[in-house]
Amino acid sequence: MKTSFGNKSNRRDSLKQIACLAGLLAGVGYSSLADAAYNKAAFDSKSVNEAIKFQGAGNISESKDVLLNAPDYAENGAAVALGVSTALAGVRKILILVEKNPASLAASFEVSEWIEANFSTRIKMSQTSDVYAVAIMADGRALFSKKEVKVTIGSCGA
Amino acid sequence: MAEPTRIRAQALAGKTTVRVLMSHEMESGHRKDGSGKTVPSWFIQEVTISLNGKVILDADFGPSMSKNPYLQFVIKGGKAGDKLSLSWKDNKGQTRTDEASVA
Repeated sequence: MKTSFGNKSNRRDSLKQIACLAGLLAGVGYSSLADAAYNKAAFDSKSVNEAIKFQGAGNISESKDVLLNAPDYAENGAAVALGVSTALAGVRKILILVEKNPASLAASFEVSEWIEANFSTRIKMSQTSDVYAVAIMADGRALFSKKEVKVTIGSCGA
Repeated sequence: MAEPTRIRAQALAGKTTVRVLMSHEMESGHRKDGSGKTVPSWFIQEVTISLNGKVILDADFGPSMSKNPYLQFVIKGGKAGDKLSLSWKDNKGQTRTDEASVA
């Protein structure tokens, strides 16, 4: 796979402004429960905290009840296998975030009553970074666990 | 047009484990091609999975998902013959829907 890193700062700045604006818009009347629309503000977020906030959760704390299964080392950042699960009741959403990717939020899953809060998937990682698994609870709490995954070959595509 | 999504679903001991492999480039918008031009972002944003016509999972993806996104999840219940359907929509507005039966 070809990799190249360019100067992204201009683009980043303008993206930041867009994200900021989208955030303001989303702040007005974004009710998360029945909201099936794509949450652009959250996916444009540049930080883990911001992304969680845009998912309508406050009160972020670490929890042992959220399990993140990730490798210590990923040889290839283009496909890093992850598993996220929790046995807690009242989970509304599960998020997967990569702290140092250009856009932190990789995926968000709406947990319905018909499925278990247990997902496995593959993500891209641009560099060694903490990976976060976040469970957004029905009461608005955000519980997370994190793990550092060391990437040997980054995916510029992250 | 994208290749079909591969869906495998197996009912075992009161649960159904579903594994899906969507076929998509998932360009992040950060990669450069051989001539140094940035490849525009092109990735699946919304995924909806239904069981017998009822939506059971809504997932949103960002550009950090790997190429040809893989997803495994577990349905409470489900039995052989149940119909699973998966639809996705990417940021260019393209969509695809595929169906499979629980085995």
